[in-house]
Amino acid sequence: MTQATPPIPGPTPQPEWDYYWEKTKQRELWLMRCKDCNQAYFYPRPICPNCFSRNTEWFQSSGKGTLYAFAIVHRPPMPAFGDKTPYVAAYIELEDGVRLPTNLIDVEPDSEHVKIGMACEVVYEDISDKITLPKFRPA
Amino acid sequence: MRRDLSRTTAIVGVAESDEIGLTPSKSSLMHHAEAGFNALADAGLGVKDVDALFTAGFSTLATAEYMGINPRYTDNTSVGGSSFVIHIAHAIAAINAGYCEVALVTHGQTGRSARTRMPADGNLPGPQFETPYGIVGAPINYAIACSRYMHDYGEDRTREAMAEIAVATRKWAQLNPKAMMRDPMSFEDYHNSRWIAWPFHLLDCCLVTDAGAAYVITSAARARDLPKKPVWVLGAAEYHDHSLMSQMPDLTVHPAKDAGNRAFEMAGVKREDVDLNMIYDSFTYTVLMSLESLGYCGPGEGPDLFKDQRTAPGGDWPVNTSGGGLSYTHPGMYGIFTVIEAVRQLRGECGQRNVNPKIALCNGSGGSLSSAGTAILAVD
Repeated sequence: MTQATPPIPGPTPQPEWDYYWEKTKQRELWLMRCKDCNQAYFYPRPICPNCFSRNTEWFQSSGKGTLYAFAIVHRPPMPAFGDKTPYVAAYIELEDGVRLPTNLIDVEPDSEHVKIGMACEVVYEDISDKITLPKFRPA
Repeated sequence: MRRDLSRTTAIVGVAESDEIGLTPSKSSLMHHAEAGFNALADAGLGVKDVDALFTAGFSTLATAEYMGINPRYTDNTSVGGSSFVIHIAHAIAAINAGYCEVALVTHGQTGRSARTRMPADGNLPGPQFETPYGIVGAPINYAIACSRYMHDYGEDRTREAMAEIAVATRKWAQLNPKAMMRDPMSFEDYHNSRWIAWPFHLLDCCLVTDAGAAYVITSAARARDLPKKPVWVLGAAEYHDHSLMSQMPDLTVHPAKDAGNRAFEMAGVKREDVDLNMIYDSFTYTVLMSLESLGYCGPGEGPDLFKDQRTAPGGDWPVNTSGGGLSYTHPGMYGIFTVIEAVRQLRGECGQRNVNPKIALCNGSGGSLSSAGTAILAVD
């Protein structure tokens, strides 16, 4: 008997991340930046990790960037990904100035087609009623 | 760093647990205890001599109770597999401050046979922003970092160096009766092994085993009274700069750059004085970037360190003479095993694989290239 693949372990939003997941559900990508040092950063938190100011704000990302680094996953790290390999684990460098861990989709998952520096744009994938993940595809 | 703390402590006992590799009849705590008692026996000390217990993973409460130790000083620093190298630096501080004199550092893990696993804490940023994408576990995270190095400094030459490391490390393991993987490995075997997470083949990845190890570190005065030749701690330091790999400031620079500089400063020796490097080889690539960041070459020159099997038996620059995490053992947090082998090499206890070093360097990586512990050890 084959067992059904368990669901992807979706995040349980924590207080400082409710807003992020509310916005991705609306198919918008919102990040945080510091109003004192003007640095954007990821992941969101209310205290700037660069200058430690509490004078921070949310802003909407353009969702455009380039591939910064990646792996092509062949061995699933947990059962939930058993039927998803091979897939591209990616860091996207957004033009807003932050690096985001995500998946690169709509591309052949091999090192001939996936190239660091390639232009990417955000797309959204619902993984449950509550959680929508921002993912990226070649632009 | 304080030069005057150099040579104020020594490692006087080292051991593995009774059997390592595949041990379904043994728990993690059994590995801690066996290794702890074995290291004390190697040091010529008894459990009643121990006044400090250091470990990572389990609380020292659990390990101390299991072994029957009542420590006056404990250190539970747990920043991944580097922790047990970092413990050397912490022991220097504690012993010199008078908090303890004989510190036992233990490790035990049953990565292969464990009946239960520790669940991830869903409150943390990793489960929030990485796990839903299948970005979880060391192979994937380290593979991502390696892809950036390949992009910046050349994929083919990086790949060639990774193959050299895998093959050389296996040759050392063939000289170590305790190593799990002792079959010959050719370059062809390396390149043909299946993908785990590109750019990592299976043979780029460390083993998953059951094992324990321990060492005893004490004051210089106490060390001189013990039966075996003291292995002096010349310098030791630590550093961390992120937790999640996606937060790593520069994917090509290991935190060993900072830890290593300060360890060398304390030790008062130069890179070329080091006869043996024991580098946590979670992956072949970890060895390359660790040695580069430790300052043995410039940025991007790491691949040149491994040409023509020069780190293998018979080569002019030995690295990971135990067979490393790649071929000897890797129960989950491997760092302590770099110390065990370095001490044995310095004492001349490694039989046909002994390279007769006077000075050896141990470097541990923890987490997702998150933390580093560097220690420089020597014999008179």
